[in-house]
Amino acid sequence: MRLNKIILSFVSALIILFSTSVASFAKVVGDKIILGAAISLTGKYSSNGVHTQNGYNMAVDRINSMGGVKVGGKTYKFDIIYYDDESNPKRAAQLAERLISQDGVEFMLGPYSSGLTKAIAPVTEKYGVPMVEANGASRSLFTKGYKYLFAVLAPANLYLDVAIDLAVEKNNGKPVTVAMAFEQDAFSQDVRLGVLDAIERTGSKKVIDDKLPKELNDMAATLVKVKQMKPDVLVVSGHTKGALTAIRQIAEMKVDVPMLAMTHCDAAKLSKQHGKNSQYALCASQWHKTLTYKDNFFKDGMTYAADFEKEFGYDPPYQSAESSAALLVFKDAFERADSFDQKKVRDALAATNMQTFYGNIKFAPGGQNVDKPMVLFQVMCDDSGKCENKVVAPTKWASAKLIHPVPKWSER
Amino acid sequence: MDFMVFQYPMITVQACLDGILLGILFALIAYGMALQWGVMNIINIAQGDLVILGGYIAYFMYLYGIHPAWGVIVAPVIMYFLGVLIYKLVINKVVDRDLFISILATFGISILFMQLMNFAFGADVVLANSDYGTTMLFNNNVVLPNSKLFSAFISILFAICLVIYMKKSKLGRAIRATAQNARAAKILGVDTEKVYAATFGINAALCGVAGALISITFTIHPYMGLPYTIRSFMIVIVAGLGNLPGVAMSGMGLGVFEEFADYILGTEFRIGSVFLLLVLILVYRRFKLSRKREYLK
Repeated sequence: MRLNKIILSFVSALIILFSTSVASFAKVVGDKIILGAAISLTGKYSSNGVHTQNGYNMAVDRINSMGGVKVGGKTYKFDIIYYDDESNPKRAAQLAERLISQDGVEFMLGPYSSGLTKAIAPVTEKYGVPMVEANGASRSLFTKGYKYLFAVLAPANLYLDVAIDLAVEKNNGKPVTVAMAFEQDAFSQDVRLGVLDAIERTGSKKVIDDKLPKELNDMAATLVKVKQMKPDVLVVSGHTKGALTAIRQIAEMKVDVPMLAMTHCDAAKLSKQHGKNSQYALCASQWHKTLTYKDNFFKDGMTYAADFEKEFGYDPPYQSAESSAALLVFKDAFERADSFDQKKVRDALAATNMQTFYGNIKFAPGGQNVDKPMVLFQVMCDDSGKCENKVVAPTKWASAKLIHPVPKWSER
Repeated sequence: MDFMVFQYPMITVQACLDGILLGILFALIAYGMALQWGVMNIINIAQGDLVILGGYIAYFMYLYGIHPAWGVIVAPVIMYFLGVLIYKLVINKVVDRDLFISILATFGISILFMQLMNFAFGADVVLANSDYGTTMLFNNNVVLPNSKLFSAFISILFAICLVIYMKKSKLGRAIRATAQNARAAKILGVDTEKVYAATFGINAALCGVAGALISITFTIHPYMGLPYTIRSFMIVIVAGLGNLPGVAMSGMGLGVFEEFADYILGTEFRIGSVFLLLVLILVYRRFKLSRKREYLK
């Protein structure tokens, strides 16, 4: 009996061992370039995780169907191994380790969110695996001296400083008063630092500086203070829940503020959830489909949006667009490196200078993309209550004129 | 530290009113917890998750074009049956065990619910719009969203109905009898098994009402349940079991405390201050208890 048990456990151990080793891939198998990605398919980031995955898949299909990647005179196709990181940084780091040391992946795509990217970056750095990430904007990612991390998106501190500049411009160049409410996570705090820089640069004054908790669903106290202090600008950043809570309570409490600037309006589907109450809100965005950047694969933003909608059934948020752009960057780097040597690919990535439908991409030594400004769009509604996001800043890309100051609630 | 709340009297009024309205809603959730704690000796960690689930019911009605306020009728009905089901599947196996087992079991249910809700409804933060408008008081200096007034009104209404039901109906009397002495009630012919199931169902129904109200007033999210569990736990230990006026008062007190903590310490300490208060109260109660013991010696 006991012998049987021992044999049984020995055999099953062997089976487990074999199944893992059979499943392992090398970086390039046949005509396939295998990329690895840990993505939040479950857990609190799962919606944006899915947007990210859809963006990656869309680009993989497109690049493969349009001739693939040409390296050393041979054509290769992209393939991605995904793991679900359960929105958990620890798990993400384990999975990165597994992708690299067990699955043999030599090139990585980023996860969703700054927090998870922060967890993975030390691992990819340790193994010298180039990672192009599209969803980690926290400034701290780019100040650690990482050599193998490249982000196609603009860093978090640039999200809302445009709004302060815009408010000063509308105030005839005179300083403004600013009320701030930011969640206490790495990303939002970076956005806050950017706003503080802008306040200092323009000689403006902050009158409220509130921190929002993770379990935020009530910011009435902040808004009462805003009512009392009457600032020129109210800046809110607290992921989706921050955007939704702010709009609901501003409308309910009839808070009049000349300019309201936020992040995460796209993901919050602001105008869909709040209709006309969300009107005039300014939102920082990495990308908007009306921008006129171009490339050979997706043509431009409008075409990308149409194709994406056809495939996945919804309008692409910027999280998808930037994820697609990451693949374009990899393809470009592989072809310029003309090799699969990690070091050569890394150097090629560092020298990237290209335009994609998502924007210009050029990496600073820290790895962040310095060639693509953030855009601000404003929610604008017509009389029938249909709302649309229109780009209002920077002026070069504007498709509508900024409505400023925001009309008072009593006049709406 | 920010003492603006005391510098402007209108903000003080606003904070108090906001706190009281919020507290009434908390008290409703806490009442459900007190009820089942008293009857079955079970501390339900999944309380907050039942609340959120109720919120999702109202939200889905809203998505399909039904006014979310109807959620306060539909959600408790659905949640009642869900509560009974949870009782039959899990709770009846732990009801006679010690408190620790029931905490573990409901903790498990809580995690399960969180993940299931996340799986079924997605990780997005959602809300249901009631379009109830706003009431302005004191020359527009104090604003009260009508949705908050509505929540408080409905909470009070449900609490009153429940009190009357407990006093007058047969099941209500049976529940109270079981709470007093389960064994004696059993001997006298009360089907305690049925009473337990009904109690758990009623608690879930109350959570459903509260959840529907929260989706109208605030936002809901699969992982947002725990703060509601903690708050109701705290209200119950302050008020004691079977003490409805106490639950209502300590609910409102907690609401006002939270609002003031928010103004003075900042929003980031809002939930934190609740946890801190919980610790202080537990320490205080223990201290009082130990003095009593000494006296007995």
